[in-house]
Amino acid sequence: MPSPAFHVPDSVEDVVALLAADPTARPLGGGTDLIVQMRSGRLVPGSVVDFKRIAGMTGVRHEGDAFVIGAATPCTALKADAALAAAWPGVVEAANLIGSVQVRNRATMAGNLCNASPAADSVPALVAAGATCVVAGPSGKREVPVQDIPVAPGKTSLAPGEFVVEICLPAKPAGGGDAYLRSTPRTEMDIAVVGAGVSLVLDADGTCTSARVALGAVGPTVVLVEEAGKALVGTKLDDDALAAMSQAVQAASNPIDDKRGSVSYRKAMAGVLARRAVLVAATRAGAKA
Amino acid sequence: MSKIRVSTTVNGDAAEFLCESGSSLLDVLRDTMGLTGSKEGCGSGDCGACTVVLDGEMVCSCLVLAPEAEGRTIATIEGVAEGSVLHPVQQKFLEHAALQCGFCTPGFIVAAKALLDRNPNPTETEVRYWLAGNLCRCTGYDKIVRAVLDAAAELRQERTPA
Repeated sequence: MPSPAFHVPDSVEDVVALLAADPTARPLGGGTDLIVQMRSGRLVPGSVVDFKRIAGMTGVRHEGDAFVIGAATPCTALKADAALAAAWPGVVEAANLIGSVQVRNRATMAGNLCNASPAADSVPALVAAGATCVVAGPSGKREVPVQDIPVAPGKTSLAPGEFVVEICLPAKPAGGGDAYLRSTPRTEMDIAVVGAGVSLVLDADGTCTSARVALGAVGPTVVLVEEAGKALVGTKLDDDALAAMSQAVQAASNPIDDKRGSVSYRKAMAGVLARRAVLVAATRAGAKA
Repeated sequence: MSKIRVSTTVNGDAAEFLCESGSSLLDVLRDTMGLTGSKEGCGSGDCGACTVVLDGEMVCSCLVLAPEAEGRTIATIEGVAEGSVLHPVQQKFLEHAALQCGFCTPGFIVAAKALLDRNPNPTETEVRYWLAGNLCRCTGYDKIVRAVLDAAAELRQERTPA
C-alpha cells in the first residue's frame, strides 16, 4: 500500500486546512472503510488526517435531552451511553449491526454516513430519527440533515475541505419510538439486502402524530419515504394504514439486481421490513399490544 | 518519505518502532516486532485472525494504521500466556481440540479472552455473537464455543475462593 502523508492535527480548523490543501486527502476516524479502500488500491489518498485525538471528536455529549455524537465515536461506545440507548434504541442497534465487535470498536456512524453506501445500516435509522450532522469546512460550520450527505454510491455532498464533525440526535419526543431492521442471510458480519428505519410518535390514545420511514439498499442512496410516514399519521397503525405504508415503501424502492438480492425480492422485503419496524417502534412508543 | 517513529506499549512493555504511514499495525507487529502470532487472513476486517486488544478494546490490527498506535496500549496473542503457563482459554482450546490448522486460533483466543475479561459468565448465544467476526474454516465452530464456555467456567472457579 502506498504511504500517504499522515497528519494528527489538534484542531478542527487544522483538519479543514489539511483537507482543503489536498483534494485527495481523507479524514481518518475508525478507518474500517478507508483503510480497506486504501489496501485494495481503490483509493490512493495523498494524505490521511487522523482527527480522533481532537477534543470532542470521541464520545457522546448530552445537551439537555438531545445528543451530540463526536464523529470518531465508535459504534460500541453508543451502547455504553444508557441515556442514548434508551432514547434512540433503533439508532444504537443499527450502528451495532455493522460488521463484527472488532469492527464496531473502531467504526463510526459518521464514517458509515460519509462512506455513502446505499446499504449503510446506521443511516436509515439516523434519517428516520431526524438526525442532523455538523459539517466543518473552509467557510465555517453548517448543520445538515443526515439524508443530504450521501448523493450516490460512494459520493457525498461534502465540498472540498469539508468533513463531518458530529452527529446530532434530537431529544426523544414524548410518546416516541424508533426501530431499524435489516434483511441479511447471516445475522452478523453481513451487508443489508434491505434495511428499514422508522421513528414515530403516538399520542395518549395511540394515534400516530408523526412518522418517518427511511430505507437502505433499495436505491443509490438511503432514502426518506415521506409518503410512507404520511400513510401512518392520523391512524392507529391499523392494517389498512400499515398496508398503505408498505405500498408507499415499495413504490419508493428502486433497487438493483445483484448477488445479494433481486429487484422484486428487495421491493417486497422493503415493504415487509418497514411494516415490522413500524410495529417495533410503536411498541417502544408505548402502544398497547 | 521518512519513516514515522511510534511509541507504544505492547504486552506490558514499552515498544518503539519506525513505520511507513501506510503500514498497518499488523504489518508492524509481524514484520518489525517479530510478533507473528497475529495473522493476516483477509486484510479487510472480515476474518478476525489479526485481532488484538487496543486500549482495552479488541480490533482488527489489519484495519489500524501503524501511526495510529502512538501512545496506545496493545495486547497480542503473545501476551496471553504467562510464561509457559497457558491461559485457561488456551488450555481449553487444546483440551477440546478447538483447532485444526490453527491459523484462526490466535484471533479466536484474543477475542475469547476479551469476552471473558468483561463477562465471566456468557451464554452460548453471547459467545457466538461475540466471536462472529472470527472465521474458522476447519472446526465448524462448535468445539471453539465449547472451549470458551468451559474456560469461562474454570475462570469463575478460580475467581471464587473455595
